[in-house]
Amino acid sequence: MTKAFDEMNGGGSGSIRDSYKTLAAWLQNAPPDLLQARSRQAELFFRRMGVTFAVYGDEESNERLIPFDVVPRIIGADEWSGLEAGLKQRVSAINAFLKDIYGPQECIKAGVVPADLILTNPHYRPEMQGRRPPGDVWCHIAGVDLVRTGEDGFYVLEDNVRTPSGVSYMLENREMMMRLFPDLFAEHSVRPVEIYTDMLLRSLQASAPDGAGEDPTIVVLTPGPFNSAYYEHSFLADKLGVELVEGGDLFVNDDTVFMRTTEGPKRVDVIYRRIDDDFIDPLTFMPNSAVGVPGLMSAYHAGRVTLANAVGTGVADDKAVYTYMPQIIRFFTGEDAILQNVPTWRCREPEALKEVLGKLDQLVVKEVGGSGGYGMLVGPAATKAEIEAFRAKLIADPDDFIAQPTLSLSTAPTLNGGDLSPRHVDLRPFVLSSPAGVRVAPGGLTRVALKEGSLVVNSSQGGGTKDTWVLDN
Amino acid sequence: MRIRIDHSTRYGYARPARFIVQMLRLTPRSCESQQVGDWRIETDVDARLRRSEDAFGNIVHSLYTERPTDSLTIRVMGEVSTVDTGGVIRGQSERLSPLVFLRDTALTRADAAILDFAQAIGQGDPLDRMHRLMGALHRDVAFEVGSTSATHTAAEAFAQRRGVCQDHAQIFISAAHRLGVPARYVSGHLNRSDGQHDQDAAHAWAEAWIEGLGWVGFDPANGICPTDQYVRVAVGLDALGATPIRGTSYGGGQESLTVALHVRPVQQSQQQLQSRGWG
Repeated sequence: MTKAFDEMNGGGSGSIRDSYKTLAAWLQNAPPDLLQARSRQAELFFRRMGVTFAVYGDEESNERLIPFDVVPRIIGADEWSGLEAGLKQRVSAINAFLKDIYGPQECIKAGVVPADLILTNPHYRPEMQGRRPPGDVWCHIAGVDLVRTGEDGFYVLEDNVRTPSGVSYMLENREMMMRLFPDLFAEHSVRPVEIYTDMLLRSLQASAPDGAGEDPTIVVLTPGPFNSAYYEHSFLADKLGVELVEGGDLFVNDDTVFMRTTEGPKRVDVIYRRIDDDFIDPLTFMPNSAVGVPGLMSAYHAGRVTLANAVGTGVADDKAVYTYMPQIIRFFTGEDAILQNVPTWRCREPEALKEVLGKLDQLVVKEVGGSGGYGMLVGPAATKAEIEAFRAKLIADPDDFIAQPTLSLSTAPTLNGGDLSPRHVDLRPFVLSSPAGVRVAPGGLTRVALKEGSLVVNSSQGGGTKDTWVLDN
Repeated sequence: MRIRIDHSTRYGYARPARFIVQMLRLTPRSCESQQVGDWRIETDVDARLRRSEDAFGNIVHSLYTERPTDSLTIRVMGEVSTVDTGGVIRGQSERLSPLVFLRDTALTRADAAILDFAQAIGQGDPLDRMHRLMGALHRDVAFEVGSTSATHTAAEAFAQRRGVCQDHAQIFISAAHRLGVPARYVSGHLNRSDGQHDQDAAHAWAEAWIEGLGWVGFDPANGICPTDQYVRVAVGLDALGATPIRGTSYGGGQESLTVALHVRPVQQSQQQLQSRGWG
């Protein structure tokens, strides 16, 4: 594989990129063991704070600390303004797409997306057909995964528009860095990510249903402490200054949602829910769900409560639908996509499948409904046996898979023992939508593959995180 | 003909239920084959009912009780005038594309046995194949009350070749999907030809989408297409989606269920029939 683009050193001409000049000089002058010492300190703080993440399939430790790398990932002001414009365009298009899919379906009639791909998609919810959520906003919170292959080569890897997680790490990482490296912040003009919670609160307030009044009641709905992102749910409720509730804390009466409080039932207007569609209302979806709220969909359909995100958004971040995103953006915005899609083979198409099967060892193959790095094949890193096992799955159910070239993700300097080594990174910025508009928090979660050469950054697969600095001009 | 339906569902609770929430799909809608006359819902305890329509076109009432109770009876009754359209459904607006009804659910997902069964139906035009599918199901899967429960999947019922109307309908849907034909579940009532007016349970069958005809009913439990003896109440992707009552109680504990259902023809003079235009 050719050498990857490096966030600090660029394409390899040897000169340090502008956004990293101050950091590079600082690193040069730092005492040899300073970074290691700060790194140990960070781990200690995080442990004390209990910032953990449960990893599925890891019997050893139910909850584990996600490794934190103390070397920040820096994005220049110009780079960011391009990304921001691209993210706003993309999320606006996704909102318009969802409104259309659950409305007149013009994009299907126009042949932009195939009807069967949408209507038989497991994440399309027929129950939502003809419905309009308050303010016509579907995707209140998106966490779009970006990767970079060159100076101008940013690609969208996934649009996470169901219940994206990771924003607590973005916020905690910043807090940690400000504590550990005040001197570095003094030398940089870093845009604040702390404003995220305020942006989120305003965004949720602006999305409240009609009749909610000036000061709508907002709650964060969690499946409970056994969920891998429970820490984040409680963190966000705390930062927003709203109640963290489980399904059993809410009930629906007369098509209105109430929360049990010590002063009696209190009407709830907006639910930032971190529960998947399937589990949200046992009277509409999975009947054995114990974490949902019976009757919630009736209140929702009656326009008496906002669910963020709306029910049925998953059809927009399905990996097969993803492949149509450039056309979807053009159809709904009239513009070409600012952020590129990774070229993708749709294995449901026989020609594409044939091509994919011919070079499985070079490709990344993903299950269309999968997430979190589960159930995927990274061809170049896989054994012959793994490839053959995957080939059988692919032939048995081609509709379930897409394939992409193995991208050479950019690297960023990362602490490795006592040294700095380049490690591959991605970036998940968070995009908020409300009737008042679309906004992007200036920053995001940078995930880093800590193993040398590894391209899998998912925390469930051994990835770590970094603070992400967006510089002001 | 005119069919009179009187359908009571009684829930008994081990302890008084503080509060009960239910979604009722008990109210039929009119279409060409059926005109719904004065239809009423009654409860024996104070409850709020809110009427709406779901995306499948079903009339849904959300029910919320007003005070603690140790039992709840929901009674629906009314008259429906029916005509025989050979099972073809017309005059009903459909919000959902027929393609939606190619979706499999946990209850209708085919296994290898249903796939084989579907393939054995052979080639032909879709209407023909659906008739053969219905015939084969009627022949091969015995109707036997108590052989399955409400949560049995199509595959489970098919494996034992026994079931009730719900199982026949779900196996039909599952197999139709494998043949590329959109199909859906219908819950409703049947005025039985044997004069058995007191029934233990409501009826269920399936509808398949036939290009050029639209939705066409198939009742594999009886091996016929619905006639003017049938009253459609609700449709869904599977039995769960068209369930007459889905609900929960707070604090009621174990619940018991009793159904009393009377479906009978209404005697009327020929003149009345003609004046209504249904003669």
